[in-house]
Amino acid sequence: MGMTLTEKILAAHCGLDRVRPGDLVNAKIDIALGNDITAPIAIDEFKKSGAKKVFDLERVVLVLDHFVPNKDIKSATQCKVVRDFAREQGIVHFFDSGEMGIEHALLPEKGLVLPGDLIIGADSHTCTYGALGAFSSGVGSTDLAAAMITGELWFKVPKTIKFIYKGKLNPWVGGKDLILHTIGDIGVDGALYMAMEFSGPVITALDMAGRLTMTNMAAEAGAKNGIIEPDAVTEAYVKARAKRKYNLLKADPDAQYAEVREYDVSGIEPQVAFPHLPENTRGISRVGDIPIDQVIIGSCTNGRIEDLTLAAKVIKGKKVHKNVRLIVIPATTAIYRAALDQGLFEIFLDAGAFISPPTCGPCLGGYMGILAKGERAVSTTNRNFVGRMGHTESEVYLANPAVAAASAVAGRISGPEAVM
Amino acid sequence: MKVTGKVWKFGDDVDTDQILPARYLNTSDPAELAQHCMEDADPGFAGKVAQSDIIVAGKYFGCGSSREHAPIAIKAAKVSCVIAKNFARIFYRNSFNTGLPILECDSTDRFNTGDTLTVDFQTGEITHHETGKTYSTRPIPPFMQELLDSGGLMKHIAKKIR
Repeated sequence: MGMTLTEKILAAHCGLDRVRPGDLVNAKIDIALGNDITAPIAIDEFKKSGAKKVFDLERVVLVLDHFVPNKDIKSATQCKVVRDFAREQGIVHFFDSGEMGIEHALLPEKGLVLPGDLIIGADSHTCTYGALGAFSSGVGSTDLAAAMITGELWFKVPKTIKFIYKGKLNPWVGGKDLILHTIGDIGVDGALYMAMEFSGPVITALDMAGRLTMTNMAAEAGAKNGIIEPDAVTEAYVKARAKRKYNLLKADPDAQYAEVREYDVSGIEPQVAFPHLPENTRGISRVGDIPIDQVIIGSCTNGRIEDLTLAAKVIKGKKVHKNVRLIVIPATTAIYRAALDQGLFEIFLDAGAFISPPTCGPCLGGYMGILAKGERAVSTTNRNFVGRMGHTESEVYLANPAVAAASAVAGRISGPEAVM
Repeated sequence: MKVTGKVWKFGDDVDTDQILPARYLNTSDPAELAQHCMEDADPGFAGKVAQSDIIVAGKYFGCGSSREHAPIAIKAAKVSCVIAKNFARIFYRNSFNTGLPILECDSTDRFNTGDTLTVDFQTGEITHHETGKTYSTRPIPPFMQELLDSGGLMKHIAKKIR
């Protein structure tokens, strides 16, 4: 009996011929990731344990992205802990200023995460890298400390739900809408502890940016990981970027899935997730009249050049509504530079947008766009829990970059067709 | 190990942004985090909670962000354990890793704020004082109990090395 892609990657990293869902395994880690919020606790645990050196200077990646540039004294102090540690240890892949960005946009871009890899990160959206055909899962700071010391971590092998997307995509519908639709269907805990495998002709035709958007939000359905089988699109993406060897593993044809769910995408319109859960989705035509105060276009979900290009297409030649603050956040330095070179900044600035340096900022209610009591935002981010972007009595509506841009122009939640 | 404590009841899908809001993520000091425990689910919670009190919740407690600050805050606020129908996976791991006892129980709907529960971690039995009824849950396996007794994963590892 064959293995799913997730099972294969886990088996390969445990030196086992096969693993089954439910098995408890000890696996070798290819990459262990931490950020400015989660790494300080991990570093503290690392030091308290008496450990002297991380297991591999090229396999521990530290990215300062949540509260940088430093938001206040406390955040600066936390960042300093990570900076000092990175320097003392000689961490090769440490990102702070200059060449930097939001971790889950940065690592794929830099070729640091590859097909067949086993990746853990102290951040729940570490599942993003599954789009490259890797097993990638979020953990806490203590697990990161253990991994930094030993280069290993224990896992329970998850069952896999296979999602198959078929049919023809409607205009303006992309990875964000597909994953929102999926979470709306199965619920925020619909894939609890499981691997979500995204497949089908629609996925094969989806670019890497769209795929990364989908696996990014596997965490929002409770999944252990999201994963997409590597193919020609994957190979084209990683070939020039990879700094080490990769493994284009595929599932066995007789792999066993806990469930197989098929979606006909021709029935899916741009999706909006209403407060206060990502599962609270409805199609753009059923949104009603909802005036807004802020729009965020960015994040590890939708801050890539493809996302900004889509938003620019919708907003070109128009103005941001007078009651709305539009904040555009390119997810990495390279994306920031590309957006500048391709004339996107001019389009956004002419429209009246505010352009931020790469940061997680407002997504988690950090800074760079916080909401007051009673305010509403449309956001291309991945969570809309109570108080996520500011006051507990503010609201966040999740959407794709085209809907976000259209809403910024209209002053209310709108699809692109309404403003173009 | 047995604890007895007063219940603070919460609903379904209590996420880690509510347990420990991002505006307090610029510190990892447990004493500071304790002051903001559950703040966006119940603003006065940190001021009301007493030693050994028990957080009781519905399904999918601890969902959302991986922030270990969430179980750290709960433990530092002197909560003795969290009982929920089930837990989000990262929160589940983080709780054991930081030494916060947690238990899964299908019947949390029957417990209300102000009730008193006695929890036996070895047997997994919960006694509801108001009704005298007992509820069976799957007990925490011995090696996980050791983790909790040591105060978390790293302390447990340190003990073994010594």
